[in-house]
Amino acid sequence: MTDEEIKHVVVELFKKIAPDTEPEKLAPDDDIRHTLEIDSFDALQFVVALDEHFGIETPEEDYGKIATMKNLIYYIQQKKTRLPT
Amino acid sequence: MAGSFEIQQRAVLHNLQQYESVYKAFSWEQARAELVGLPMNNGLNIAFEAIDRHAVGEEGNTVAIRWIRKDRSIKDFSYISLQHLSSRFANVLVSLGIKKGDRIFSLAGRIPELYITALGTLKTTAVFCPLFSVFGPEPVFQRLNRGDAKVLVTTRSLYEKKVRQLLDRLPMLQFVLLIDADAHIDSKVLSFPRLLEDAYEEFFIPPTGPEDPALLHFTSGTTGMPKGALHVHNAVLMHYITAKYVLDLQKGDTFWCTADPGWVTGTSYGIIAPLVCGVTNVIDEEEFDAVRWYSILEEHKVNVWYTAPTAIRRLMRMNIKPRSVYNLDRLRLICSVGEPLHAEAVIWGGETFGMPILDNWWQTETGGIMIANYPSMKVKPGSMGKPLPGVEAAIAAVSGSSIELITEPGKQGQLVLKKGWPSMFRSYLHDEERYNKCFRGDWYVTGDLAKKDADGYYWFVGRADDIIKTSGHMVGPFEVESTLMQHVSVAEAAVIGKPDPVIGEMVKAFIVLKPGFTGNEKVMLDIMGFARQKLGPAVAPKEIDFVNELPKTKSGKILRRLLKARELGLPEGDISTLE
Repeated sequence: MTDEEIKHVVVELFKKIAPDTEPEKLAPDDDIRHTLEIDSFDALQFVVALDEHFGIETPEEDYGKIATMKNLIYYIQQKKTRLPT
Repeated sequence: MAGSFEIQQRAVLHNLQQYESVYKAFSWEQARAELVGLPMNNGLNIAFEAIDRHAVGEEGNTVAIRWIRKDRSIKDFSYISLQHLSSRFANVLVSLGIKKGDRIFSLAGRIPELYITALGTLKTTAVFCPLFSVFGPEPVFQRLNRGDAKVLVTTRSLYEKKVRQLLDRLPMLQFVLLIDADAHIDSKVLSFPRLLEDAYEEFFIPPTGPEDPALLHFTSGTTGMPKGALHVHNAVLMHYITAKYVLDLQKGDTFWCTADPGWVTGTSYGIIAPLVCGVTNVIDEEEFDAVRWYSILEEHKVNVWYTAPTAIRRLMRMNIKPRSVYNLDRLRLICSVGEPLHAEAVIWGGETFGMPILDNWWQTETGGIMIANYPSMKVKPGSMGKPLPGVEAAIAAVSGSSIELITEPGKQGQLVLKKGWPSMFRSYLHDEERYNKCFRGDWYVTGDLAKKDADGYYWFVGRADDIIKTSGHMVGPFEVESTLMQHVSVAEAAVIGKPDPVIGEMVKAFIVLKPGFTGNEKVMLDIMGFARQKLGPAVAPKEIDFVNELPKTKSGKILRRLLKARELGLPEGDISTLE
């Protein structure tokens, strides 16, 4: 998957959890939670949806690694190459 | 009930060593004597006890607030510097014409200006009312309006997103002070730093009676809009005693309360209590992050940590053994509040940190911790513990205007508290009727159901009403339903708390659509987005179901209890009043 394809999926997932936000406008280095003004439960729901979609497992201790869109895409790419989907 | 275990003996001598004897001998007069009071017998002021008396004493250069920015850099404020800054802000308020009893609101994240605002306001004998910065415009409006806000301290972005649109509806609001504006915008919207810069750093605290209003906290009810629970300066006695006996704060300690000051815990224990004890109070600007939190405990050598079950459950999900990764040797006590802490979490604390996590119970109306587990008392995991010295609790059967105390151990009833503890709320602002309804004779009826066992430990059972407890915060179903009803497609709405393993309960809405609308994903997302914009993510529904009709009583009242039972697949109970 290209970075752009991953970003598209991420945006769609966010829109289902926080339909009032505009995740497509996130800059690569924006803090996602802060910029979208989502709460920690929204963030948790997002990770669950993310894991389900990509067939990965994101443990609690990695949440700090996916705080920005750039880091999130990198994280998913890394996970996908290491883990079978 | 689960088993019990003793807390490991640590080197520190606890402030409360023998619960039963201290409870019996305790008097509030004696507790008052441990505080200083205003000079020249001018009364009792929270800000003086929290800041000024330490600033002129041996703690003057002690770090009062250690603020951790999002990027992990820190800024320390000594008691002396906090005295000057809060005095400057008090002078600002006086220069703006603020008088005793006027309400000063804050709407901001955990940034130093919020703490300066709180303490400066208390110095002037105006009333401080913090708002949760994650609220959407509607809850912000309801609270500013019902609280007759004269001044609001906020940031530029929160002002633009949530407040500016409300100004026409808030004629009482005289000034908005922007924390990050370099210059005044107009005669009403002013620059906080400019005002502070121009103000004197000395302030004479006027005479303050112990019954003078000090703090206003909004809380949710089952019916109607949020209620403003008003507390007085005498509440500082409760803050002090609970910090001493429950949090066991001692000279030289570093303390971290993770609650946001937008909620009562974040004010009573995130601002006032640690400062009254003269310790260092850690404030983290960032939201929960498991790795960050553990590393803050390590890096800042936190001794006493006051947090919430929602966070503890997140930490329990991790695959690490924190004590093998982080040096947590300084940590000697962990307390929890917000919702009942399950026995597994208490035991997990024992296994993970070498100390059980000590649960305690209180609510906005009580102003301070009422029932607690203490470091020196045997812990029964899952129990909220025993009443504070100076607090009399009981289980009672309450119906109509009558109350009957239940003495039989293990029998369920309403948790009630005998009137008269210092931080008891003195009114619901502009709502005397609702206030009076909370009392039966000498007893305050908490709305929580509980049991008391033969050893005197209290056990939480549930709420007696429909109030939702999500991430430790109260959400009133009526407030959410009222907003949902404003959506073009919604005919009727009912909101319940759906149990959730991480946040306790999530807000779930059942919606009947108007004719011509179909309950598909697009409509669902549109309603959800609408509610989030109006209410903010902390209050808006996380889940929406469409239904053809809502269960109601014959008089037309929505039976939320029944919706909840159906949602959980539980027996529907008494449905004799069902329409």
